[in-house]
Amino acid sequence: MSTTIYQKPDAQGYYGQFGGAYIPEMLHRNVEELRNQYKQIIGSKDFRDEYQSLLRDYVGRPTPLYHAVRLSAQFNTNIYLKREDLCHTGSHKLNNALGQILLALRLGKKRIIAETGAGQHGVATATVCALKGIECIVYMGEKDIQRQAPNVARMKMLGATVIPATSGSKTLKDATNEAIRDWINNPNDTHYIIGSVVGPHPYPDMVASFQSVISEEIRKQLKEKTGSELPTHVFACVGGGSNAAGTFYHFTEEGSVKLVAVEAAGHGVDSGMSAATTRLGKPGVLHGSKSLVMQTEDGQVVEPHSISAGLDYPGIGPMHANLFTSGRGTFLSATDEEAVRAAFNLTQQEGIIPALESSHALAGLHQVSFKKDDVVVLCLSGRGDKDMATYMQAMGL
Amino acid sequence: MSRIQELFKKKNKQVLNVYVTAGYPQLNSTVTIMQALQNSGADLIELGMPYSDPLADGPVIQASSTIALQNGMTIRKLFEQLKDMRSSVQLPVILMGYMNPILQYGFEKFCADAAAMGVDGLILPDLPEFEFENEYGPIIKKYKLDFIFLVTPETTPERVKRLDALSTGFLYAVSSSSTTGKDQNMGGVSAYLQRLQAMELKNPVLVGFGIKDKASFDAASEFANGAIIGTAFIRALDGATDVSAATEQFIRSVK
Ligand SMILES: Cc1ncc(COP(=O)(O)O)c(C=O)c1O
Repeated sequence: MSTTIYQKPDAQGYYGQFGGAYIPEMLHRNVEELRNQYKQIIGSKDFRDEYQSLLRDYVGRPTPLYHAVRLSAQFNTNIYLKREDLCHTGSHKLNNALGQILLALRLGKKRIIAETGAGQHGVATATVCALKGIECIVYMGEKDIQRQAPNVARMKMLGATVIPATSGSKTLKDATNEAIRDWINNPNDTHYIIGSVVGPHPYPDMVASFQSVISEEIRKQLKEKTGSELPTHVFACVGGGSNAAGTFYHFTEEGSVKLVAVEAAGHGVDSGMSAATTRLGKPGVLHGSKSLVMQTEDGQVVEPHSISAGLDYPGIGPMHANLFTSGRGTFLSATDEEAVRAAFNLTQQEGIIPALESSHALAGLHQVSFKKDDVVVLCLSGRGDKDMATYMQAMGL
Repeated sequence: MSRIQELFKKKNKQVLNVYVTAGYPQLNSTVTIMQALQNSGADLIELGMPYSDPLADGPVIQASSTIALQNGMTIRKLFEQLKDMRSSVQLPVILMGYMNPILQYGFEKFCADAAAMGVDGLILPDLPEFEFENEYGPIIKKYKLDFIFLVTPETTPERVKRLDALSTGFLYAVSSSSTTGKDQNMGGVSAYLQRLQAMELKNPVLVGFGIKDKASFDAASEFANGAIIGTAFIRALDGATDVSAATEQFIRSVK
């Protein structure tokens, strides 16, 4: 068995120099409880049986690995789309929300809290809370509530309470702060479902484990389609990095597979309106772990910008910070405009309207030169229904 | 012996530690408030270094941090203001803050500069025990700064003992698992403090979070060496035109 220097953190939650659990004492007991129990619970037969059966019958897994023929012709190579957009609720976020709810129930928790940016993680969490009949509170930046109205309505219809985060910059980072504060104030009955591979150890590892089903399926499906489990490239967009972590997970130790992450450049990396964390960030501590963080010279966290609310986050998960600094991963970035163009291209070539987040990964294809027999797998992390307002604007409708 | 340890040697009951966010309400209020705290009978000063994402703080202290940041407060500015503080302030001074701005400043440089200015101790709520022991603790010790850990009612007795052993100066007992500024039920707090008292800890214990007036200060002090007031003092400074007068009036109302 190969060693897993990129895939898994060490016992203290470190991927290289990144990770750890930089939390106030008020969170210690909850985080410690998770740390002591999550591996055992998610490894148990009872958990795995329920998780597997719901992944199949409720989420709709395995999601197809689709050979995008016309897109491949455009790039003169072989491109396969991992169709996470076909998951129930429209994105990969449900894989994690489902896993964490089943875990929370086994920890005896009665109340679920979550943060959300685009609303996809909030909708996924509200969905499984409805499924399990458990109370759900979602923190969402006041600004995001305005720009993601359909998802706010979905969460409310699902019975969740949506609480606006009005502090700081009123977006995802502040919603995360508010959720953490809620957890501090409700230490006994509440589980906090973080939506990406960020936060204190063990969250990055736990969320990556739940998303790893993506690359587990890719290996099997690729073997059936091409005779080999290994592609030459895997592509994914990175906000916090959960769909990328899931897409990379079973390839991190396969040196022949290029791991390509695409960040949101916003108006351009140097425009002052960007979310390209590996380009603009420095090592620091945000939301309980050490990673790369976009910040001022004085160490104040800055407000990022991306057209896609799901990538509008000033950090990345510690696993990705390590992939970046070690050189194991290739980090690209795509601007708002490039992402929108890539979304229209996929729609017109393949009849698939992608989420704005996933469109960044698609835009990244233009920045790599492929050989004719390369096999490129791209994680289409979500569908574009939630982004129709932006696309309508682009069409002048 | 550090200034904090000397204080507790002289006085081990009703010790009053007052928290204020540096750069609040005005950029240059900090030293004026410190002098007024000293004149009106506070025993210890805890200066908060404002941060954009203060996880352990409630809305009132967070809002004061936002104002301080808008006023232009930074660690560098704060150190300029504190350069001559020891010519007028004799009370022990503790800096409270979050890791990220300190890491950007440079952790060792931060400790060196703080010590050079006469700062006595640090409270860094998001610096965990593991990283303290392995990386940062030795640097803090090198500059002879006290380091104060937090404990809560959820902290197990073994862990309280371990954090007490790692702390110097005092131990900060959060009166409940809560962010700053929440009202507390003092009955439950007393039972918790009595449990701590029975453990015969190495350090004195100060109670924080939810102390807002004379009654809650006295109640908290009954089973501990004293208490920390933050949110209520930040509220008292809100809109004050004369911060000295507002400070003295507030402290006298508590003592
Ligand atoms: C469809 C989709 N893709 C990607 C992301 C970004 O999250 P992550 O980087 O954790 O995959 C989001 C977040 O909302 C999303 O909705």
